[in-house]
Amino acid sequence: MIFEAILFYMFATVMIGAALGVVFSRNPVHSVMFLVLTFFQSACLWLMAEAEFLAIVLVLVYVGAVMVLFLFVIMMLEVNVEAVKRGLTRYAPLAIAFALVLVVELIQLIWLRSQDIQVWSSFIPNPEGYNNTEALGAVLYTEHVYAFEIAAVILLLAIVAAITLTMRKRPGLKVQNISKQVAVRAKDRIRIVKMDAEKKS
Amino acid sequence: MIGLQHYLTLSAMLFVLSIAGIIINRRNLILLLMCIELMLLAVNFNFIAFSRYLGDETGQVFVFFILTVAAAEAAIGLAILVVLFRNRRSINVQELNTMKG
Amino acid sequence: MYSYYLTIVLAPLAAAIVAGLFGKQIGRGWAHSITIFAVGLSCVLSFYVLYQMYWGGATSENISVYTWAVTDGLRMEVGFLVDRLTVLMMAVVAFVSFTVHIYTIGYMSDDPGYQRFFSYISLFTFSMLMLVMSNNFLQLFFGWEAVGLVSYLLIGFWFKRETAIFANLKAFLVNRVGDFGFILGIAAIFTFTGSLDYVTVFASAESVAGQSIEVFPGTPWNAMTLICILLFIGAMGKSAQAPLHVWLPDSMEGPTPISALIHAATMVTAGIFMVARMSPLFELSTTALAVVIVIGAITAFFMGLLGIVQNDIKRVVAYSTLSQLGYMTVALGASAYSAAIFHLMTHAFFKALLFLAAGSVIIAMHHEQDIRKMGGVRKYMPITYWTALIGSLALIGFPGTAGFFSKDLLIDAVKESHWHGQGAVYWIAYLSVLLGVFVTALYTFRMFFLVFHGEERMDKETKSHLHETPWVVTLPLVMLAIPSLVIGWPAVEPLLFGGFFGDAIVVQSGHDVLGHMGEAWHGPLALLEHAWQTPVLWLAMAGLATAWFLFLKRPDIPETIQRKFAGIYNLLDRKYYFDDLYIKGFAAWGRGIGDFLWKRGDEDLIDGVLVNGTANSVVRLAGVMRQLQSGYLYTYAFAMIIGLTMFLGWLIWFR
Repeated sequence: MIFEAILFYMFATVMIGAALGVVFSRNPVHSVMFLVLTFFQSACLWLMAEAEFLAIVLVLVYVGAVMVLFLFVIMMLEVNVEAVKRGLTRYAPLAIAFALVLVVELIQLIWLRSQDIQVWSSFIPNPEGYNNTEALGAVLYTEHVYAFEIAAVILLLAIVAAITLTMRKRPGLKVQNISKQVAVRAKDRIRIVKMDAEKKS
Repeated sequence: MIGLQHYLTLSAMLFVLSIAGIIINRRNLILLLMCIELMLLAVNFNFIAFSRYLGDETGQVFVFFILTVAAAEAAIGLAILVVLFRNRRSINVQELNTMKG
Repeated sequence: MYSYYLTIVLAPLAAAIVAGLFGKQIGRGWAHSITIFAVGLSCVLSFYVLYQMYWGGATSENISVYTWAVTDGLRMEVGFLVDRLTVLMMAVVAFVSFTVHIYTIGYMSDDPGYQRFFSYISLFTFSMLMLVMSNNFLQLFFGWEAVGLVSYLLIGFWFKRETAIFANLKAFLVNRVGDFGFILGIAAIFTFTGSLDYVTVFASAESVAGQSIEVFPGTPWNAMTLICILLFIGAMGKSAQAPLHVWLPDSMEGPTPISALIHAATMVTAGIFMVARMSPLFELSTTALAVVIVIGAITAFFMGLLGIVQNDIKRVVAYSTLSQLGYMTVALGASAYSAAIFHLMTHAFFKALLFLAAGSVIIAMHHEQDIRKMGGVRKYMPITYWTALIGSLALIGFPGTAGFFSKDLLIDAVKESHWHGQGAVYWIAYLSVLLGVFVTALYTFRMFFLVFHGEERMDKETKSHLHETPWVVTLPLVMLAIPSLVIGWPAVEPLLFGGFFGDAIVVQSGHDVLGHMGEAWHGPLALLEHAWQTPVLWLAMAGLATAWFLFLKRPDIPETIQRKFAGIYNLLDRKYYFDDLYIKGFAAWGRGIGDFLWKRGDEDLIDGVLVNGTANSVVRLAGVMRQLQSGYLYTYAFAMIIGLTMFLGWLIWFR
């Protein structure tokens, strides 16, 4: 138990530190790297909360795909780091003040509320032979199957949208117009001209 | 020992931090997007904590969908970003004030 | 009788509506025919009713025609109280109105507003009849305001004249002052009696007289005195008593028929009529009667003096009207209501006659009104001359004429009003009316001699066209001259001593001067025989002789007097500076306040601060708020978060 707590605090500390890094680092590439670290730490924490499948998914999807995409875009855009840095400090004190107030409020709220409902103990351990992936799958493919399918559609939509948005229409690009091709007739293609073989004298 | 409150507290800190990030890094659209990801992560934390606390997998299903949507959102957001950059040669948010009446 | 009453009132109204709204369509001929027919009908019916009432044995009637509102114990209705007082007024009003209608055909013949004019005077007849026939205070007030409105319209009849507009505005505003008192009086009556009906109010008059009211804390006033004085303020406005007289001379800007009808014969006597009608109330307040008599006396004498220095023929007659109204008011104050009404009646005839005669001269002189530019008109206009002479003689109270009976007995009544004591009030009243006789004779015959006798001072152009006016003008003169001359003989005895008015006029036994005089009454002939024994006749004769000497025999003397006594002359010429006081004093002051309220109150405060100020502050606030609406997403997000923080803080810490 103590070991668990130590692990939790360690992961948590690293995660908060990494999140701070995301927010305050000057270089966007560093930010992305810190974000990756944050995700890793949270995946660990999720593992500790026995949400193994989601932890793996987080790593695979976020770290493997989304973060790579971020990194890719950042590097592709070659954002001027110096220009981005300015303006960071003007609102910062106010933002930090408010953030502190808010976090104090939230934590106070959490602890205040949990006092009443007696949740001081840690999580109830799962029964023997519990398989998170299986349990999740059982719910996902039965109860939430429509939502699951909608999620699939959303993903498709995201693909289509991303491609449509970024596709560049260059002026000289040659594309096929299939309907035109199908609708074409012989007359449009050849013109038969009748003429004498040789000039009449 | 380590219970719901700890996870929630952690989530709250993460959330507030991401808010601060949004306000502080208001120049850079990519950083804004990353802060939003961070915020979503905080939300996910909450879901997982409650799911674990209540012993109900539905919360985790939610996280699953949020991840899906967040991925889609990130993809589209970045696509918009790319288009934006292509058109304006900048991703400075301060130049994106066409919403101003 | 009921249908007669309705016809009497409504016929002029119908004619006024037809002539007013369809004047263009029906044309001039129809416009005057229809109104003259309607007013003639009213006149005939009024005389019939008078006949029935006097000889036919008809009794007083109190009829409620229509109840138009009942609110919380207050009945508002239209109704007629036709008794002997009313009937006499109806006959006088309808008759004078009728003659004026005929006269107008001649006087207004070349005026573009012909139909409008007929519509107005018919409307006036309707209003005046409503006023006199009313059986409650509300209808009285309606008639009161309606005649005021028509008077306003008619004074400003030639609305393109600057002076006419000024005069009608002045008349309207001065009348407002009186009407304010009047409506307060009506309100006071309602407060104390809970009714607006004459009969109910008169019945409870005794109990009202016993009450007192503290208008200003600590000074209790007798309720009846308050009511009567307030009502009398209304009468002062309408009947042009000092100091609310200033509008009447200016009202001469209107066409002459109006001056005759409204500003001499009928409307201005509404105040006299009203006080006579309210005699059961006024009788209960000696204080109010003293106020009435003093105001009347002041008006009678001092307004007469003004007549001497006026050069506009109509203004002379106007000041004479003021003076005569003062006489009537004095009679009211002396509780000789019958004498006041009698003088009202005779005055209606001879003053209308004088005005119409003046109008006739004005027509002949091509609308020249300055008596300095007239003279010797007698041989050109014989009918006008003789009728004007009759009018003038009646006005000064020459023995045998109508004015003689009414004025002589009026002065006698004042002399007999012993309950006012031998104090200041009595002597002011008595001396004013007595000396007023001399003044009346002086200004009347000054005008008469300057116009009809002496050298011809008009220019050649006018002189060559000078001739008698057409029959439509002279006929009314003759029609009015007859009663001016003879109405006194048959009317004096029943009206003053014969109890003609019955219970319409109530006089307390202690105040009953006419009853007292009645004991020594031996018929009109005896009065005529004794006329030379009274100072009245001698004063009148002296005035006449003075006028003859000063303005015919030695026309140079008045100028010398004018030069020697320039101060007094100026005082009179400027009408005791009343106009200056009102225009430069009250009016300027009022306008100052108005300007202040307009510039500071309206433009600065309401417009500047409230209306535009609101808009401006919204604009300014919006200017500030617009900074928040930067268009940057993060500002909105930040605002949301600030809100969330505050809300959470409130939820956790302060709730």
